[in-house]
Amino acid sequence: MTEEKTEDGPGLKGEIALPEEEDVLAPVVPGGLDQAHPSVPALRERFPDAFLRHEVTGGDEHVVFVAPDRTFEILQWLKEDADHFYNFLSDVTAVDYGGGRPLQLVYQLYSIPHRRALRLKAELPLSELEADSVVPLWQAANWLEREVWDMFGIRFRNHPDPRRILMPEHYAEGHPLRKDFPLRGRFSRAEQTRRALSQEVEDYYVPSELGPGREPQLVRWRELSGAPKATAKPDVDPTPEDGGGS
Amino acid sequence: MTRKTVEYQISRTPELGLDFRPTQGLMAPADLPVADFESENMLINIGPQHPATHGVLRLVLELDGETVVSCVPHIGYLHSSFEKLGEYRDWNQVVPLTDRMDYLAPLIYNCAYVMAVEKMMGVEVTERCKVVRVICMELDRIFSHLLWLGTWAIDVGAFTPFLYAFQEREKVYKLHESFTGARITTSATRVGGMMSDIPEGWEHGVRDFADGVMKTLDEIEYLLHTNGIHLGRTQGVGVISAEEAINCGLSGPNLRASGVPYDVRKDRPYYDYETYDFEVPIGEHGDCFDRYLVRFEEMRQSVRILHQAVDRLPDGPINVDDPRVALPSKTDTMNDMAAMIHHFKLVMEGVKAPVGESYFPVEGSKGELGMYVVSDGGSKPVRWRIRPPSFVNLSAIPQLVTGGLLADVIMVNASLDIVLGEIDR
Repeated sequence: MTEEKTEDGPGLKGEIALPEEEDVLAPVVPGGLDQAHPSVPALRERFPDAFLRHEVTGGDEHVVFVAPDRTFEILQWLKEDADHFYNFLSDVTAVDYGGGRPLQLVYQLYSIPHRRALRLKAELPLSELEADSVVPLWQAANWLEREVWDMFGIRFRNHPDPRRILMPEHYAEGHPLRKDFPLRGRFSRAEQTRRALSQEVEDYYVPSELGPGREPQLVRWRELSGAPKATAKPDVDPTPEDGGGS
Repeated sequence: MTRKTVEYQISRTPELGLDFRPTQGLMAPADLPVADFESENMLINIGPQHPATHGVLRLVLELDGETVVSCVPHIGYLHSSFEKLGEYRDWNQVVPLTDRMDYLAPLIYNCAYVMAVEKMMGVEVTERCKVVRVICMELDRIFSHLLWLGTWAIDVGAFTPFLYAFQEREKVYKLHESFTGARITTSATRVGGMMSDIPEGWEHGVRDFADGVMKTLDEIEYLLHTNGIHLGRTQGVGVISAEEAINCGLSGPNLRASGVPYDVRKDRPYYDYETYDFEVPIGEHGDCFDRYLVRFEEMRQSVRILHQAVDRLPDGPINVDDPRVALPSKTDTMNDMAAMIHHFKLVMEGVKAPVGESYFPVEGSKGELGMYVVSDGGSKPVRWRIRPPSFVNLSAIPQLVTGGLLADVIMVNASLDIVLGEIDR
């Protein structure tokens, strides 16, 4: 487990040699495969109560399921421990299998010095879609977590900028990549058009979005220049996250 | 009003050199009124319709004079919900969605997607297919970098390299067209192989292009590498250190310009990239100019790979002979009942992937392009996720431009080489 992979090692493909008789496509793997990936037994030893299970998929990709309330602690250890040192966060995403099953929050980790990849998953029940933000560990998680919030509705605690990212800020139809979200949206075409047309364009140029506590200067300019004062936004749901007409 | 004595400094640039040291004391100290206005930062909005944002990117900048105090990017104007659409299509029908994301390097996206699906299914493609895909990916790396080079030169104020680069790109368009029938939306790959074998003599066209592009690169290098305006606008601009770059998730040329030798082709090799002889260019300073140099050199290394790949292109079938993914031959389909049923089911129901998932990273033209596919045993993906390199690279832009000048925002944005189709997906 502690064997050190050198810089000129054979890379990911060569490191993880699976036994020939193993059915590589089957997701269930006995504990004997732990030896193929040094971080897996180390995680099992270090976090015995948070380590839930270990799978191998796609031939050589190791997946570790952990308790959702411990993800930050585990990721911090994986990032900072010298034997593992997963310094590159490739991706943060989620998977919804539908049918009321829990959402999987997926972290794709990569260690540039050790040339080793690991996938960490946490299963979040639909009633409790919250996880700790890992932006303090990796700046890269900032937009990726915003996208997971936007598309799946998973809240990230302590996220510095928890806004939607791809969908409009006033989008009221919910989170599009959830399985219960219809392909063309929740509202009718007419309603979608009506909402799009009733939004005041200037709203989007109000710079209060630059951060909490900032002076919305453009609005003041409008007042000074004698332009009509911006009225309240018509017909826009002030709480975009509550799924609209679900 | 209070009054204050101000000593003027006048900067003067010697006519031909590029010495920006100011010469001092040309005017006597003046006694001037000082306005006791409250200092106020200015907000300006760039985009979403602005040529220098390279797409529908909107940047809200807060300026103190000409210095950027904060920057808030807004994206999503081109959101097409490709990942959701993919869940309603079978595994092969997703391929046309992939090239619409990065229309500057469509073949890389075609290849990356099917490689992830093949890995999940345990399908090993033929040797010829591997080499053809390597040619396709390296061709499109140059294709994408050439567009970046042309627009970069325009942003810096030079128009000629743009024309030179687009002349070369036209040759790649022709190669795309003769292979796939389309210039941009190639959709050339299928699970288990390609849509067809390459046409007769196509590899010679690739070799001609590779020879020609080297000459053009030399010409553009002559125009840009020592151009004083180019150096002045890019050196020391948008600097990011190696640790910060890794932390921000930068990948591809942007990461390597900061001195981190992480290239997916070398570190997590696929398709025998370890057997090709090529170098990974590494920058030193992590500024815009190093990102330019790294991309420039990458094109030459891709030309080397292209030559080697064309040399080793083996004969043999392009598609794998695996009944799970390959259609039976037309003769069999018309004469054999079992083959006909098989053909019908593959066409009507699509390829079926076993339960499983795979994350497959390739070195795209913009950075680490990862395709994450999840299957529940059906013929449609449960989840198809793209790890978008431009998206993560762009998320570092507030850090890169804050504290710099407004004019440098354009150069930093150009140096990141983004494509909005893939950022918004």
